[in-house]
Amino acid sequence: MNVQFKIWRGDASGGKFREYATEVSEGMVVLDAVHDIQRTQANDLACRWNCKAGKCGSCSAEVNGMPKLMCMTRMSDLPLDRPITIEPMKAFPIVKDLIADVSWNFRVKKKIKKFKPRPPDAPDGTWRMQQEDIDRVQEFRKCIECFLCQDVCHVLRDHQMHDRFIGPRFLIYAAALEMHPLDTENRVAELREAHGIGYCNITKCCTKVCPEEIEITDNGIIPLKERVVDEFYDPLGWLWRTGKRKREP
Amino acid sequence: MADYETFQHDVLVIGAGGAGLRAAIEASAAGVSVGLICKSLLGKAHTVMAEGGIAAALANVDERDNWKVHFADTMRGGQYVNQWRMAELHAKEAPDRVRELEAWGAVFDRTKDGRILQRNFGGHKYPRLAHVGDRTGLEMIRTLQDHGVHQGIDVHMERTILTLLKQSGRVVGAFGYDRERGRFLVFRAKAIVLATGGIGRAYKITSNSWEYTGDGHALAYLAGAELIDMEFVQFHPTGMVWPPSVCGILVTEGVRGEGGILTNKDGRRFMFDSIPENYRAQTADNEEEGWRYCQGDKDARRPPELLTRDHIARCIVREIKEGRGSPHGGVFLDIAWIKKKIPNGAEHIKKKLPSMYHQFKQLADIDITEQPMEVGPTTHYVMGGIRVDSDTQMSRLPGLFAAGECAAGINGANRLGGNSLSDLLVFGKRAGEFAAQFAKENQLGDINGNEIEDVAREALRPFERSKGENPYTLQRDLQETMQDNVGIVRNEAEMTSQLEYLRKFWERASHVGVSGNREFNPGWHTALDLKNLLTVSEAVTRAALERKESRGAQFREDYPEKDARFANVNTIIWRGEDGRMNVRLDPLLEMPDYLKQVIEEMK
Repeated sequence: MNVQFKIWRGDASGGKFREYATEVSEGMVVLDAVHDIQRTQANDLACRWNCKAGKCGSCSAEVNGMPKLMCMTRMSDLPLDRPITIEPMKAFPIVKDLIADVSWNFRVKKKIKKFKPRPPDAPDGTWRMQQEDIDRVQEFRKCIECFLCQDVCHVLRDHQMHDRFIGPRFLIYAAALEMHPLDTENRVAELREAHGIGYCNITKCCTKVCPEEIEITDNGIIPLKERVVDEFYDPLGWLWRTGKRKREP
Repeated sequence: MADYETFQHDVLVIGAGGAGLRAAIEASAAGVSVGLICKSLLGKAHTVMAEGGIAAALANVDERDNWKVHFADTMRGGQYVNQWRMAELHAKEAPDRVRELEAWGAVFDRTKDGRILQRNFGGHKYPRLAHVGDRTGLEMIRTLQDHGVHQGIDVHMERTILTLLKQSGRVVGAFGYDRERGRFLVFRAKAIVLATGGIGRAYKITSNSWEYTGDGHALAYLAGAELIDMEFVQFHPTGMVWPPSVCGILVTEGVRGEGGILTNKDGRRFMFDSIPENYRAQTADNEEEGWRYCQGDKDARRPPELLTRDHIARCIVREIKEGRGSPHGGVFLDIAWIKKKIPNGAEHIKKKLPSMYHQFKQLADIDITEQPMEVGPTTHYVMGGIRVDSDTQMSRLPGLFAAGECAAGINGANRLGGNSLSDLLVFGKRAGEFAAQFAKENQLGDINGNEIEDVAREALRPFERSKGENPYTLQRDLQETMQDNVGIVRNEAEMTSQLEYLRKFWERASHVGVSGNREFNPGWHTALDLKNLLTVSEAVTRAALERKESRGAQFREDYPEKDARFANVNTIIWRGEDGRMNVRLDPLLEMPDYLKQVIEEMK
């Protein structure tokens, strides 16, 4: 069937929705329709994509107002009797058409202290970890860096506090490091201050849009907030941890 | 020369997948300045799609495994036209490269005693693939990326290289553009590592993304390096076939590693019907033994679904051609059947193959814990690539190195699953190490301004032809003809006709036009990539014509058997003084006795 689209066209200086129509066949996803339009009607329509299978996190956009990976959004799941709107993520500056400038995310990541493993457990330089001790970290490491969670986070999207808050993606990244059984680094002080974990007020919007279904809030952010509380607001815990950390290599 | 923004690095790495990142990390650790060029955003390169695992003889699951077995498996899989030295280095060094990833934060699935778990894969005698569910590539690229950014590597995202710059026979830089603004950029460097991946976009049905246009292959070839083994294009046996929009998307070999079986429309496990002679001794001859192998029984031999990819792809094509295929032109891949064998089977499948479960559920409305998948071959990987020195990864152009898929040699006529990720690590590291050494021993060269002006003018020409041919149409025509004429089953007549098509496509490429401006313009980028796609398509076709036999991934219906005349040669593609593409056969280097002995022992 022939379906109508309204795709945002423009750049940092402004833009508007333009109307397109294309044939939709069985099994098509939104990215297929965008590619068809690009191939036949608008060669210069800018969108990012790579894997087309929900693994690389490149084709993030807002489809009918919902943050989605275009490659994993089936046309058949959308109401096709009215135009489908596609626009770029809103928590970041616009480059062109469906392309947002996500470079801030790469700069933020660099500020988080890197992985620092304990000395190897075995003489051959390897470590031992039990599967149940890494299940949680593996959940966080499923993240494909599509930045949809950043896009819906109101601290970033509505309040534009990019200089004070690292956003759910990087809280999950920090959580994966903090909960890594081998890691010996401590990132709690930064989480509280420079990374602004306190700005998150647990509305769980990030969790709802995660295409990898990571329990960002419950499994990642809340435990991190608890660590911050333990470390900074519980005097006995603070004393105990300070002593413990000194004993560790 | 116009005033182009210029960057200067000791080592410039072009390509930021596993090989490029590993090379950049190594070069940077050696104390030289490193620039890393990503065609997309950092961390989105094709490595992210690798699913099954990293092949390395860690011997964590089966203590009988060691480098010799891995070496022999790799050579057997490659039909012995591999560069034996690369296969040797790869088998010996892969375990250290995997352990190193763990030290950098990778979190692999574990064995019961807490070590890195390894899984079965096609052509590997023992469970050998270190993995994280079915998202191993993501784990690998993220680990390298996160480690690399703390090392002071300069990352250039969303930039594409148009040409390599030379001075007196040595590479001294590269010239390209940034996607966002469409501005031209000059990169000066003492050494360059190409790590641009493969050529899959030359075909219609492919598991490869838009980036895979053979950039490194073409850049190196045009600069004067040689390409080798280009006839060997791997068609992965299991890509999705339905619905049409997802046709070609990869279905990991891990499905078969976990016990998945291939059946035709009559429910027959057809792989039992055609076990090649050189694998007969290692392959199960009944279903029960195959299942025991997948469950870790060390006395059992592996099921025929874990034969090499070239062979399985051909068997699938045969089933389809002879009318025993599935409704949408594939065959069935069934993992749901293991529920009969193990308790909590559905949960087990979801745990071991989470992204396959997700992919079929979301894109095809198929629950793989309940129903079989429909699969068919998809263009996946090119064994051929830039000819490099096995130890240093340097091409015949001084200062130009290559690693990963765009380099060639380790895989011979067919790559084993899992050997790609380990190849990226082993030879990415080596390329980085030797490029850094080269950079320390050499000075920056001079850039020829006139050369750059010519390339810039040529690159902008499509804008002068806004009524010219649509670049997407030409790209699609190329993909369709390559699929039809130089695909899984080949013959002289079709390939000769493809050369004629290619001649016409080159002509049409000089007439493509684009609309809009230079800022993030995919139409323009597609137009610029055509030159690379056409170059590699021609190289594949000419090499495939030259090898008048069937071996590994190359199947010639006009020469359906292996031929001793081609058993010890590689096809070499190089550019003549007149700009024409030439092909010749070069003899393989004689294998040293200690390696011959290994192969004999492992027979």
